Amino acid sequence: MTDILDLPIPQQADKVKSGEISAVALTERALSRMEAQSGLHAFLHVGREAALAAAAAVDRKRASGAALGKLSGVPIAIKDALCTADAPTTCASKILTRRNPDGTAGSGPENGWRPPFDATVVARLRAADAVLVGKTNMDEFAMGSSGENSAFGPMKNPWDPTRTAGGSSGGSAVAVAAGMAAGSLGSDTGGSIRQPAALCGIVGIKPSYGRVSRYGLVAFASSLDQVGPFARDARSAARLLEVISGADGRDSTCADVPVGAYEAACERPVKGLRIGIPEEYFGEGLDPAVAACVKQAISALEKEGCSVHPVALPHTKHGIATYYIVATAEASANLARFDGVRFGLRIEPPRSDLQALYGKTRDAGFGPEVKRRILLGTYVLSSGYYDAYYRKAQKTRTLIKQDFDRAFTQVDAIAAPTSPSTAFKFGEKGNDPLAMYLADIYTLPASLAGIAGLSVPCGLAPATATQPALPVGLQLLAPAFEEERLFTLAAAVERLTSPGGPALPPR
Amino acid sequence: MMLASAPLIMAITRETVLHVAKLARLELGDGEIDRMQKDLGNILEYVNSLSELDTSSVAETAQVAVLGAPLRPDTVEASLANEVALSEAPRSAGGGFAVPAFVDE
Repeated sequence: MTDILDLPIPQQADKVKSGEISAVALTERALSRMEAQSGLHAFLHVGREAALAAAAAVDRKRASGAALGKLSGVPIAIKDALCTADAPTTCASKILTRRNPDGTAGSGPENGWRPPFDATVVARLRAADAVLVGKTNMDEFAMGSSGENSAFGPMKNPWDPTRTAGGSSGGSAVAVAAGMAAGSLGSDTGGSIRQPAALCGIVGIKPSYGRVSRYGLVAFASSLDQVGPFARDARSAARLLEVISGADGRDSTCADVPVGAYEAACERPVKGLRIGIPEEYFGEGLDPAVAACVKQAISALEKEGCSVHPVALPHTKHGIATYYIVATAEASANLARFDGVRFGLRIEPPRSDLQALYGKTRDAGFGPEVKRRILLGTYVLSSGYYDAYYRKAQKTRTLIKQDFDRAFTQVDAIAAPTSPSTAFKFGEKGNDPLAMYLADIYTLPASLAGIAGLSVPCGLAPATATQPALPVGLQLLAPAFEEERLFTLAAAVERLTSPGGPALPPR
Repeated sequence: MMLASAPLIMAITRETVLHVAKLARLELGDGEIDRMQKDLGNILEYVNSLSELDTSSVAETAQVAVLGAPLRPDTVEASLANEVALSEAPRSAGGGFAVPAFVDE
C-alpha cells in the first residue's frame, strides 16, 4: 500500500479532514523521514515542536467541528529565504547568524536570525492549515545552481547522493523528491525552482512576476524574484499555488489579478493547444538523453491533439549575459542591508569605525559567490560603466521579452528542456563561475520576461556506465498570468509519460 | 556618436577591484582580491558579447509591468514594538541600534 506521505496533497488533506489519519500522525511520519534522510542535508532547521503543535491545533480544530483548510495537516517545507516567525531564517548565509562567543563568524543555522514576522506566503499556508516542518537548505542568498554555495554545506540529490540537487532551492526540491514533505516553497530568480525540480524529478513552478507576494522573501533581484511551490505532481503544486497566490497589501508588486483555478485546470483536455518549440533550446550543449526525453513528451502531447509549431526566440543566447548584469546590479543594492547593525552577524574590532564595522562584517559574513556578485553588480552600476553594462542589459532584456511576446501571438505555450543536463556531480563545474552560470541557459529568459514557467518530469535518462537513471524535466512556458495552461499541459505530460504515478528516487 | 559595437571595457585591474570593493563596503583578504580580479575579468569579457547587438532604438526594461499594481488604503496600523525591533540587534543602546561614533568622518 502506498504510504500516505507519497499520495498527492489533495488526498493527504482529505484523509486528515475525514479523520482517516490525524495531522499529528502525518506530521510524525514526515519528521521521521526527515530524520532518516538527514544525510541528504535538505534541511537547515527542523521545526519538530512547532510542527507537532501546529498539527495538534489542526486536530483540535477538526474535533471542534470547524471547517478545515485546503492543506489540512499537510507537511510543507519552506526555503530558508522566506521569513518564519517561529524558526530561524538564514538564507544559508553566515551573515544571518549570530557570531560565536569568541567574536568570529561561523556559527550554524540554529543561531540564525529570528524574523519578527511571517512572510505572506508562509502566513497563507498556515491559514490553510498546513503544517510547516522545517526550513530548507539553499545556495547562499539564492545565488547558485547546485547548492554548493550554501554556507552550511550542500544538499544531495536523492537519485544519486554524489550529485547535486540543483539550485538555488535545492533543499526544497530534495525534501519533496525524497518524500520528507508533501510540498515545499522555493524562490526562482533565474531558474532556482525549475532547475532543481528537473534535476530531482518533481514539479516546480515559477509563477508570473506579480502572481505571488514577496513580502518576507529575502530579496535577491527585485525585478525577477518570485516565490513558487514544489510538489510530486501537477495537481498538488496547483493546490499550493492557489493557496499562496493573490494580491497583498504589503507588496505593491503583487498584482491584483484573480487567482486561477489551477487544480481544475489539471483536468482539462490539451486538445487544440498550440505548442511552440524554440530551436534555440535544442542546440549545442544539450545532453542528447535530455533531448530524447523532452522530444518524446512533446510527441505524446501531439498525439493527444496539441499542434506543434517551430517558434523563434533569437535572443536566447544573450539571456545569460543580460541576467548576470541585471540580477547582480539589483543584488548589490538589496544586499547593502546586511551591515552588522540591526540583525545577524557583527564583526567589530576594538575602536573600529563604522566603515570597518561594515567592511569586516560583510567580509566575514558573505561567501565567495555572493561577494563576486556584489562586486560585479557594483561595477556595472558604477560611474562610467552604467550605460555600457546596466543600461545595455535593460535594453537586451527588452529584446528577450519581445521574442516571447511575438512567439505567444502564434502559440499558447512553449515546450523546451528545463536544464541542458541531468543532475551533475559535486565539483563538476570546478571553480569556474561562468561554467555554473551556463547551467541556467534555458531558465533565465523566462525570468527576464516575467512570464510563467513550470518544470514537469518527462522521463528518466537511461543509466549509463557512469551514472544511474536520472530524471529529466520538461519546461513549459506561458504568457504572464496564464498558469492554468501550464497545469493543463503538465498534468497531461504526467498522464502520458508516467501513467503509474511519479517515478520516485531509490530509497 | 557612440557606435553600438564600441568596445566596452578595459582590463580589470587590482585597483578596480579595490575601488569596487570599497564602494560595496567589502574588506577583501589579499588572496580574495586576486581571485575576484580574475573572475570579474572573465565574467565581464563574457557579458561583453552583448555589444554585438544594436540596441540604439530599443527601450529599456527595468521591470516587467505589474498588472494592477494595487494600492492599499493609507491607514495607521500597529508596527513592531521597539523591543521587538531591537531583539535581534547585535548591539543596542538607549532604545536604538548602537554603532561606532562616525560624526567626524
